[in-house]
Amino acid sequence: MENRRMKYKKLFLSTFTLSACTFGGGFVIIPLMRRKFVEELHWIEDEEMLDLTAIAQSSPGAIAVNASILVGYHVAGIPGALISILGTVLPPLGIISVISLFYTAFRDAVLVNRMMTGMLAGVAAVICDVVCRLGGEIFRQKRVLPILILILSFLAVRVFGVNIVIVILLCGVVGALDTLLANRKNRGSDQNALS
Amino acid sequence: MRCLELLFSFFQIGLFSIGGGYAAMPLIQDQVVDRHAWLTMTQFADIISIAEMTPGPIAVNSATFVGIQVAGFPGALAATAGCILPSCLIVTTLAFLYYRFRGLSLIQGILAALRPAVVAMIASAGLSLILLAFYGQRELPENPADLRLISVFIFCIGFLVLRKWKVNPLWVMAGAGVMGILLYSIF
Repeated sequence: MENRRMKYKKLFLSTFTLSACTFGGGFVIIPLMRRKFVEELHWIEDEEMLDLTAIAQSSPGAIAVNASILVGYHVAGIPGALISILGTVLPPLGIISVISLFYTAFRDAVLVNRMMTGMLAGVAAVICDVVCRLGGEIFRQKRVLPILILILSFLAVRVFGVNIVIVILLCGVVGALDTLLANRKNRGSDQNALS
Repeated sequence: MRCLELLFSFFQIGLFSIGGGYAAMPLIQDQVVDRHAWLTMTQFADIISIAEMTPGPIAVNSATFVGIQVAGFPGALAATAGCILPSCLIVTTLAFLYYRFRGLSLIQGILAALRPAVVAMIASAGLSLILLAFYGQRELPENPADLRLISVFIFCIGFLVLRKWKVNPLWVMAGAGVMGILLYSIF
């Protein structure tokens, strides 16, 4: 019981700080979550985090909210999901409530602007670091299909502006076909071995 | 009554915005500016810039902002609740299915093919952020040499520190904010 309460508390504090520090929306929270839940707390494995990212990305709604729901659900079921939603939503709710009282002054503040410009460069560096690490792992596997998927999806999203959901669906179909073909081949060779 | 309207409007925004942040913007505009005239277009543009400057998802930020303008703090709660309700229902269901069925070889094959695609999408988002940080816009400008050198400098320091010492990204972001204030004030 005590243990579970500790877990709830940790979950709430983690999602709260992550949400309070995530400038720039969407994907920025993924590397921060990975650092917190995969490397620091060891609640989630690296591959699992990518699966959860894919689900968060292809579901409706804000990626940060979706990702927190998934992490919370994984750690402590439905109560965990509710706790992490609360942790994720409270910081923006509070901050925007305060800012909306004097938002024109905030928008025009020079120092705020400079800080944000600097933080933007910091966020870009964080994302690049994650891409190097995760991309490096995929290239190190030295398997053709994942590398091909990586390059083609990047081109599709970046150069041709294809909708992300369509890319995810197509990759899912490719993965399913690949598995079915591999299974059939295995079964075929088993039968050959028997006869 | 107002609160219910807010809840319902932002429920639709939450339900139909797939792909996060920037996908939600036209939907928010449609509901908040065009249909309900809760905000003017200028106010809407202000929200977007504030939503980008403050932590948190753009949809949640604008829900809070619009809610307060329309019906005070209860309005903010109603709009935010509406905005995250679709996620709660759909993502919890998907989470259940994922943990129930991920042992199946077919599902594993599908997930294995999704992982590189997710890395590619993070890479694409990263590239947009680099352009935004270096040039102040999401596309490459006509003169690519026209860089914000200070931002490039901050980026390089941050990247080196992350690669070499694997520090917590939050420290890098805080440091980048401080460097932004200092360097942009000095030069």
